[in-house]
Amino acid sequence: MSNPAETEPEPGLSRRPVEIVTALILIGLAGLVLWDSYGRGAGWDNGPENGFFPARVGWLFLAASLFILVQSFRSENKIFVTWEQLKQVTRVLGPLVLFVALIQPLGLYVASAAFILVFMGVVGTSRWWSILLTAILVPIVCFWVFELQFRVPLPKGPLEAALGY
Amino acid sequence: MDDFASLITGFQVALSWQNVGFMAIGVVLGIIVGVLPGLGGPNGVAILLPLTFGMDPTSAIILLSSIYWGALFGGAITSILFNIPGEAWSVATTFDGYPMAVQGKAAEALTAAFTASFIGALAGVVLITFVAPLVAEFALRFGPAEFFAVFLLTFCSFIGMGRENRAKILASLCIGFLLAAVGLDSISGDLRMTFGSTELMRGFDFLIVVIGLFGVSEILLTVEEGLVFKGKQARIDLMVVLRTWAGLPRYWLTLARSCLVGMWMGVTPGGAIAASFMGYGLAKRFSKRGKNFGKGEIEGVLAPETAAHAAGTSALLPMLALGIPGSATAAVLLGGLLVWGLQPGPMLFVEQKDFVWGLIASMYLGNLAGLIIVLATVPLFAAIMRIPFSYVAPVILIVCAIGAYTISNSIFDIWLMLIFGVVGYVFKKLDFPLAPLVLALVLGDRAEDAFRQALLGSAGSLNVFYANGLVTTLVVLALMLLCWGPVSDLIGAVRNRGRASKAAEAAE
Repeated sequence: MSNPAETEPEPGLSRRPVEIVTALILIGLAGLVLWDSYGRGAGWDNGPENGFFPARVGWLFLAASLFILVQSFRSENKIFVTWEQLKQVTRVLGPLVLFVALIQPLGLYVASAAFILVFMGVVGTSRWWSILLTAILVPIVCFWVFELQFRVPLPKGPLEAALGY
Repeated sequence: MDDFASLITGFQVALSWQNVGFMAIGVVLGIIVGVLPGLGGPNGVAILLPLTFGMDPTSAIILLSSIYWGALFGGAITSILFNIPGEAWSVATTFDGYPMAVQGKAAEALTAAFTASFIGALAGVVLITFVAPLVAEFALRFGPAEFFAVFLLTFCSFIGMGRENRAKILASLCIGFLLAAVGLDSISGDLRMTFGSTELMRGFDFLIVVIGLFGVSEILLTVEEGLVFKGKQARIDLMVVLRTWAGLPRYWLTLARSCLVGMWMGVTPGGAIAASFMGYGLAKRFSKRGKNFGKGEIEGVLAPETAAHAAGTSALLPMLALGIPGSATAAVLLGGLLVWGLQPGPMLFVEQKDFVWGLIASMYLGNLAGLIIVLATVPLFAAIMRIPFSYVAPVILIVCAIGAYTISNSIFDIWLMLIFGVVGYVFKKLDFPLAPLVLALVLGDRAEDAFRQALLGSAGSLNVFYANGLVTTLVVLALMLLCWGPVSDLIGAVRNRGRASKAAEAAE
């Protein structure tokens, strides 16, 4: 948050393109909503048809998005995110995507262990044994809390099957 | 005095062994949630909601609302000791809280913050106790048109009173409404906006959206700033607490003012965040020591904390009495009530008396328990913040994923959570407000039902929205609130222009 204002601004992705792209996506979504609602009928047929309300919200949405698009050209072009910050974010987001992708084949517990290993390895501020310990302990604690105490079934994979759960 | 008797019965419900236990657990969990970045009131409650499905509704809502109280308390700890607001509504607390901690007065600042929170919350609960039944009774006369007018009032006040860019607030609201409309239409039974996808047939569960928007995105924002926190030490002993308490009566005016601001902002969905800033601003303007604000003035801690808590608590009033939540967390609690088959709104006060008064009684007790627990355990929670973030972040994200999965046992929901996490990150950076989105998502179906039923009743004529005095008043009020912001902006702009041209003349 506290960007040093006086010193040389850090290089990064500027805000305006992001604003414009976001506004365009929103306009696209509004168009999609309107297309879908009018496709199903947004008029009156012994009462409002099921597209009636979404269509009206869709028009408002379209107007707001267009306004945001216009505004984005007039707004001050600051830095949206510096490259350094973006690197930090991808360090979390990358392992996170991997984690979610692994849940289906491996089950949530094994995927969490992998997630912790990769994430803490990428960040690289901890010693290897503490990473390993966290990666083993956290899933076990989760298993104990959710599976054994609250009896909430979470996705399980081959490892749990081999252990008889 | 019928209500008073109900309240006593409520205390009996809330004081059962089991419920006091849940209250303590809830407060502790809430403080943890409030202290850790990435877990806030809304998504803390959202993640734990599925775990309470097996519980008795009264106990479950006591547990969940206690988490809310805990989160309100916990936000102050990180603001004061670490200069990192654990919650958006404790941003204003950092202005004077952190300087106090730097001066070695962390214990006083914390005591003041917690006590102020308690006073604010108490004011909110008293308001709920006395006003909510009246509002509910009044609202029993509402038909669909009146209800839609109240919804309109809520949404218009968001746009009119919001501090963010108005087009962005409107866009946020629309996104919420449209997400709510996806899936099975409850009136006609048709599928809407699913585009042939079976996964979308269930629609977007607001809990998933909340976990993504508030949880995952918050983690992404936090890691931007690096992964290390540095904080001040604090230990609270009884002497400091008593000394600080002895000094508090001097600030009664500030406290009272902040309570009023908070109650007003909480009932109208201005929210705790705006309330805390307003409380701080007003105290700064009216205090004799206003110049010292920002340098470690205890009043600067009291004012925003009181207002934030009064607002956070009052936000539950419209949620209970009208079924319209005043804040994102209240919206999540409302979602919880719906899951248990309790329809919040005026009928709740008639049909589920025990539940309502049990909940209100638990608000008194929960806040008292919160104050005691938080005073006793500050060092512990400060220690949590000292755990490196590289350990905490993956655990929070795993818990978020588990929370998203358990809502309807679907891995697709975890992907949705991830997508909404990225959306939330971009939206927060672009100053799109997220609370209106969540609120519209929760209320979308009911607002639409009310709208369609009202129109069905009048055979499509919009006359129904000014058919009688009540509904006309509500609609006019809504339009006034809607125009409030733009008009005051316009006045401000005209004045500024006047000033600028005068300045230009003077320069010539």
